[in-house]
Amino acid sequence: MSDIIKENLNSDGIDRRGFLKCMAWAGTGTLCVMQGGVLKSFAFGPSSRIDRAAMKGDFAFAQISDSHIGFNKAANPDVTATLREAIAKLNALPQSPEFVLHTGDLTQLSKADEFDILDQSLKSVRTDRIYYVPGEHDVLNDNGEQFRQRYGKETSGDGWYSFDHKGVHFVGLVNVMNLKAGGLGSLGNDQLAWLKDDVKHLKHSTPIVVFAHIPLWTVYPAWGWGTDDSEQALSYLKKFGSVSVLNGHIHQVMQKVEGNVTFHTAMSTAFPQPAPGQAASPGPMKVPDDKLRSVLGITDVNFVRGKHTLAVVDSPLVVG
Amino acid sequence: MKSYIRTVAVCAVLLGVVASAAMIRGVSIARAAENKNASVTVTVDNFSFTPKEITVAAGTTITWVNHDDVPHTVVSTDKKFRSKALDTDDQFSFTFTDAGTYAYFCSVHPIMTGKIIVK
Repeated sequence: MSDIIKENLNSDGIDRRGFLKCMAWAGTGTLCVMQGGVLKSFAFGPSSRIDRAAMKGDFAFAQISDSHIGFNKAANPDVTATLREAIAKLNALPQSPEFVLHTGDLTQLSKADEFDILDQSLKSVRTDRIYYVPGEHDVLNDNGEQFRQRYGKETSGDGWYSFDHKGVHFVGLVNVMNLKAGGLGSLGNDQLAWLKDDVKHLKHSTPIVVFAHIPLWTVYPAWGWGTDDSEQALSYLKKFGSVSVLNGHIHQVMQKVEGNVTFHTAMSTAFPQPAPGQAASPGPMKVPDDKLRSVLGITDVNFVRGKHTLAVVDSPLVVG
Repeated sequence: MKSYIRTVAVCAVLLGVVASAAMIRGVSIARAAENKNASVTVTVDNFSFTPKEITVAAGTTITWVNHDDVPHTVVSTDKKFRSKALDTDDQFSFTFTDAGTYAYFCSVHPIMTGKIIVK
């Protein structure tokens, strides 16, 4: 059962009214698939009469985020259990993810046993490889030394890197180190210089996917939800026809389209956080127990060659 | 003459007031000296330091206590002090021996800032 949203194309071809409508649906079990700048929505239920073929891409990968292993307070006393449910969802995706991105806050307190439990849990993900970028919870007390030792063997500086997959260029950025008082996330000059050089020789038609923990656009500065120097980073990507930015940190789905750049944040697998300004602070938000799994989830991404944007689908652990 | 006497009287009263005030102040300064090693608490809750700005006497020990469900740190912008990551109910203390202004922030959530003024 599909329901095509009436188009309301702007000059850049993005269906903005449909996009905003879809944003309101995200997390309630409706899948919004963006292909070529036009939105299609699919009702998502246990019987799943989704036209899966319509969602297939040249390859699929997945994003999980904010597993916070070690957290055990009221908002979710068992984050390892919900992570396992998220992994089950990954393993049940219609098109198997060729790799998974974890966009940070793997652990709650950067403890060795927390990283161990995460690694153990992720062993059951059916995929070729998992790529990581750290969240601020992963680099406590040691400037990220332990994180880099575990997950950053092929990275530079504080842990940034890039790789290519079937013609798509992926860039993992670290914006949770050397943070300045009163500031937001930060990439730093060394990383910016590396990024500029990294994409210098790529053809303009190369699709780019950037992933980092803290949003690379200003979602809500009062809560630190943004990156001070992300504008400069994005300026190096201006020439590319398709740029997708995948982030975590805010524990809810938010999307923004700006020219050729699509920004998207993922749900957490551990606990939700309030919508901007809807609470005193951005900390873990307690919801009724039977609602928890409807606000946690994974992100499935399909790349369709020739299409302007990625097909990004957020699925809660349970439709509720 | 009358006004002269009145002026003198006023001055005497004023002097008396000032003298008593000085005595009282002397007492409170002494008290402060006795309480030099008193501990003052800054609460870390809802991603804020409370009180955000506080003035204390030199020699005071400030103790930060984290009541949030997430870890925070207390880091001096001038590198004068730095806590480990404080989980819920963890504490960090620092004794401010020298007068000055000490701005600090949470290195995990840098939007959180505070200030200790030491006299």
